[in-house]
Amino acid sequence: MSDTHSESIAFVRDTEIPPAPPPMAEAGAVKWLRENLFAGVFNSILTVLAFIALFYLMSGFLPWLFGGAWNTANIRECREVIQGSGGCFSVLTDRWNQLLFGIAYPSEAYWRPTLAFVMLFVAIAPVLFNNLPRQMLIFTGLYPFIAFWLIWGGTILIPLVALAGFVVGYFIFSALTKQSFAMALGGAVVGALVTWWLGGFVSQAMADVLALEQVPSRNMGGFMLNMILGVVCVSLSLPIGIVLALGRQSSMPIIKWICVVFIEFVRGVPLITLLFVANVVLAYFLPPGTNFDLILRVIIMITLFASAYIAEVIRGGLAALPRGQYEAADSLGLDYAQAMQLIILPQALKISIPGIVNVAVGLFKDTTLVSIISMFDLVGMIRGPILSSTDWNGVYWELWGFAALLFFVVCYAISQYSQWLERKLQTGHR
Amino acid sequence: MTTMTDPPRQSFRLSMLLNDTRYRSYTFQFIALVVLAGIVAVLANNLVVNLAAAGLNISYEFLANPAGYDINQTLIPYTSQSSNLQAAWVGILNTLLVAFLGCLFATILGVIAGVLRLSKNWLVAKLMSLYVEAFRNVPVLIWILIINTIVVTMPSPRAYRGDAATHEMLFGVIAYTNRGVYIPAPTFGPGSMIVVATFIASIIGIFAYRRYAKNLLFNTGKLLPTLWPSIALFFVPTLLMYFIMGMPIGADIPALTGFNFQGGIQIQRPLIALWLALSIYTGAFIAENVRAGILAINKGQTEAAASLGLRPGRIMNLVVLPQALRVIIPPLISNYLNITKNSSLAIAVGYADITATLGGITLNQTGRAIECVLLLMLFYLIISLLISFFMNIYNRSVSLKER
Amino acid sequence: MKKTVFLGALTIAGLAAGAAAAATLDDVKARGKLNCGVTTGLVGFAAPNANGEWEGFDVAVCRAVAAATLGDPTAVEFVPTTGKTRFTALASGEIDMLARNTTWTFSRDNDLKFEFVGVNYYDGQGFMVPKELGVSSAKELDGATVCIQTGTTTELNLADFFRSNNISYEPVPIETNAEAQQQYLAGACDVYTTDASGLAATRATFEDPSAHALLPEIISKEPLGPLVRHGDNEWGDIVRWTLNAMITAEELGVTSANVADMAANGTDNPEINRLLGTEGTLGEMIGLEADWAKNAIMAVGNYGEVFEGNIGESTPIGLARGLNAQWTEGGLMYSPPFR
Repeated sequence: MSDTHSESIAFVRDTEIPPAPPPMAEAGAVKWLRENLFAGVFNSILTVLAFIALFYLMSGFLPWLFGGAWNTANIRECREVIQGSGGCFSVLTDRWNQLLFGIAYPSEAYWRPTLAFVMLFVAIAPVLFNNLPRQMLIFTGLYPFIAFWLIWGGTILIPLVALAGFVVGYFIFSALTKQSFAMALGGAVVGALVTWWLGGFVSQAMADVLALEQVPSRNMGGFMLNMILGVVCVSLSLPIGIVLALGRQSSMPIIKWICVVFIEFVRGVPLITLLFVANVVLAYFLPPGTNFDLILRVIIMITLFASAYIAEVIRGGLAALPRGQYEAADSLGLDYAQAMQLIILPQALKISIPGIVNVAVGLFKDTTLVSIISMFDLVGMIRGPILSSTDWNGVYWELWGFAALLFFVVCYAISQYSQWLERKLQTGHR
Repeated sequence: MTTMTDPPRQSFRLSMLLNDTRYRSYTFQFIALVVLAGIVAVLANNLVVNLAAAGLNISYEFLANPAGYDINQTLIPYTSQSSNLQAAWVGILNTLLVAFLGCLFATILGVIAGVLRLSKNWLVAKLMSLYVEAFRNVPVLIWILIINTIVVTMPSPRAYRGDAATHEMLFGVIAYTNRGVYIPAPTFGPGSMIVVATFIASIIGIFAYRRYAKNLLFNTGKLLPTLWPSIALFFVPTLLMYFIMGMPIGADIPALTGFNFQGGIQIQRPLIALWLALSIYTGAFIAENVRAGILAINKGQTEAAASLGLRPGRIMNLVVLPQALRVIIPPLISNYLNITKNSSLAIAVGYADITATLGGITLNQTGRAIECVLLLMLFYLIISLLISFFMNIYNRSVSLKER
Repeated sequence: MKKTVFLGALTIAGLAAGAAAAATLDDVKARGKLNCGVTTGLVGFAAPNANGEWEGFDVAVCRAVAAATLGDPTAVEFVPTTGKTRFTALASGEIDMLARNTTWTFSRDNDLKFEFVGVNYYDGQGFMVPKELGVSSAKELDGATVCIQTGTTTELNLADFFRSNNISYEPVPIETNAEAQQQYLAGACDVYTTDASGLAATRATFEDPSAHALLPEIISKEPLGPLVRHGDNEWGDIVRWTLNAMITAEELGVTSANVADMAANGTDNPEINRLLGTEGTLGEMIGLEADWAKNAIMAVGNYGEVFEGNIGESTPIGLARGLNAQWTEGGLMYSPPFR
């Protein structure tokens, strides 16, 4: 048998054949294309359609973007330069400062909001990223006062007095908090108010100490106004939102119903009606003779609006905490304030962060609505002074594209952060 | 054990209001109530004093006065001599119209985009995430203004006019202009009711047939075809009746006469711009919800369904979607609410919703700011509460029934 | 969280700055600034230029009042208002006066409790159409789509006009002038209607103004003027007579160029002397410095100069004086005497 075989088979391979390369269609780019773009008839049709759509978009967009004029003084010059295709981006260079700072902010003081904007990142970093040194939080605490001084100007004593009030309040609070939370809170508020009242005389008497040129809030405009409204209102609405959420969970029926009615009312009406209230109605409800300026009324209304939404997010966080945490806190003998401060809120807030960030993004976008009540924010600047000027009447795409881009950059960055945080916080397995 | 006695009964002391947890909550609530009442009283007092100082009063009589202005798109009869109240009704119906259309279209768009974003097709998935991110991260007001600008660049009716017309009507019956889209309107001649009745009857017939087929399948395992009979039932009886009755239903085709297209059904530009903007914007949010809902379904469910021999389409319909709906519905409700509330931005494109009529022109012309804004908020509040009420009922019906 | 300080500080600042009591003049002087309500942007009447400075016909009235009361034409805080917000802003004391091409009507004067101090521009509602439509009269506009700016008297006038002529139209209400222009130029409406002056101003910004025609019909009377709140007659008088001073100055030939000379050397026309405060005590009677009118005229010029500089025939807007000429030249501008 073996003989015949050795005779009939001339060659026996004793090494393995190296694996043949996969067929063309199953390797490299082709495989990727097959699997990701042309898997099946339906998929191929989709791909082709997507390509057509993409080509159509790009064939319009690219010549517009790259054939644009950047250095013309007005739309007529621009139309001569671009000859039909391309965009008049010179409106952006020409009105750059107006788009960012509005029409009335003094141009020699542009560095102030810019600096405040840069410092915002430093201030907010330790809040966003846990692994940064905790000492940076001191700067975060100081930031509101620095930013106020930089943006609004005036003597540095005003923010200093405000800061002093908080410091005094904090010390009174920490001194009394062992006895009674309510007493400590009341004492802190009284202490802060007294400090502000006393400090008011000091800062009025010495109005020139380290004074920057004062800018009334009416003169804020452009993208800066959106940023101010967004940052201020979100920061202010957080504590209010926490209180509202706790109030809604409270066992005291009257407090609970006050919070429920407030939250549901605010969530039930569009922001624009609240802005109408700020603009055309609120003045009638203020004491005769007082006159807030519009930006302050708008800040109040947007803050109320945001706090209702944040309250709902935090309520979700509170509800998501296992019942055992509440019971454990009770069994340790902690009272309500202690249990909330030490056990419940730290956990509930941590769960709520992605939701809060979503509310913050939504709110930041909604700050554009102030343009409808004749404030010159970014959208208001475009709709008002820029488009109505003889120079730039008729330039739409460039301006709206720019506005959309600015908001996209900010909001996309925040939402990416939120997703990153969600992944980080997600320790469970599915 | 037996030494346990009741604590000595304490008589009520005033300090217990602050220190005793049994009574403290009453103190807090009392304080809260007093503070609330105080704030309300101060605000009301300010209002009275301010109004008296300005020589104004609160009165709703203006609602009965003639509005004096015209509205371009009305669902109910309205002329400039109608009352302000009628104008408000026009606005309410317009708000509901755009909200309804927006919800419908946004849902369709959102489901498609959400499913396609999970598609294995790389290009399509990326395009869809581009769409979702671009619309989620830019304010809706900017999108409304951009889409309005796009709609305005559509051909004007002048482009359809004369021998040198640069545009033709779509299929000869639909005109799309920057003033709106004009589509043929059905005209009902004598006997048309019979045709309509036949049509409705055949729709009912389709449902009955499908139900029968399903029961048959479940009871006997016999599978009847459903698709072709349904289509046949849909068309054949109606068409038959249509020709028997001598073609009583015609179409009123819009035609360019004078400045504008006349005849047919007109969907005005502001409605189109607002509708598109709201639904594309909200569609991006719904897409995210749909995606999250589908991803929330455990992979084991899909695998279990596959191992039962279900086809991918059936897996989606019978296993994944019913479960995903529970995750999708709650955020969907708030998206619907958002569309309704965002429709108040109609003012930016000139759509006559309630904010533009009652809260806009009526407010301007009568100067009754407080009354108008109060009514406006009341309306939105009622709508919001109604939507969440009905959606919650539905939500409860699809929620997990634990046994 | 500590940003509550913003609120606190702003509240304090707001309260200190506010306190709008009955005596508007005292408030203005205490504040050192005049808060003047204007449009969000209508070229020629009130619009910020590339440097953010407000310019225009209505702006000049604000500046004149600031110069008369505070001696400084730049001491004005311009508060942009929309058609909706303007009246509340004035009623609530957010602004001291409103110069926002606002039509003087019975109901605004009496129902809304405002005081129109005079007329700085006699206007009327007109129509603008592209010439290619071949329309020569507003009565040929049956079935046309009409762009209107909302929040003005124009919507009511328009409804009345079309109803009384028994023709139909499609109204397209639009929030801002710029958006109305966009729609009109794109052909989304056949006609744009607003005050004739506004139409001229709008047409001036077009790429090809000659392709658009203003129809001959003027369908309403639109006396535009500055207004103040009811109840503070002293303040109303100041604004009224500042406007009158500008009109009288033109009649008497006082200009921004020669006013300093006339005030310093005196003239042989006693009315000029009274106007400029070199004779009599008119300034004292109105509660201002003697040279209040001189300051106002020096700052912005007389009525004719303001007209020519902002909206006159030498500007792109190119409005003729028409009704707004002095009464001596066949117009309606007629100031009561300074005596």
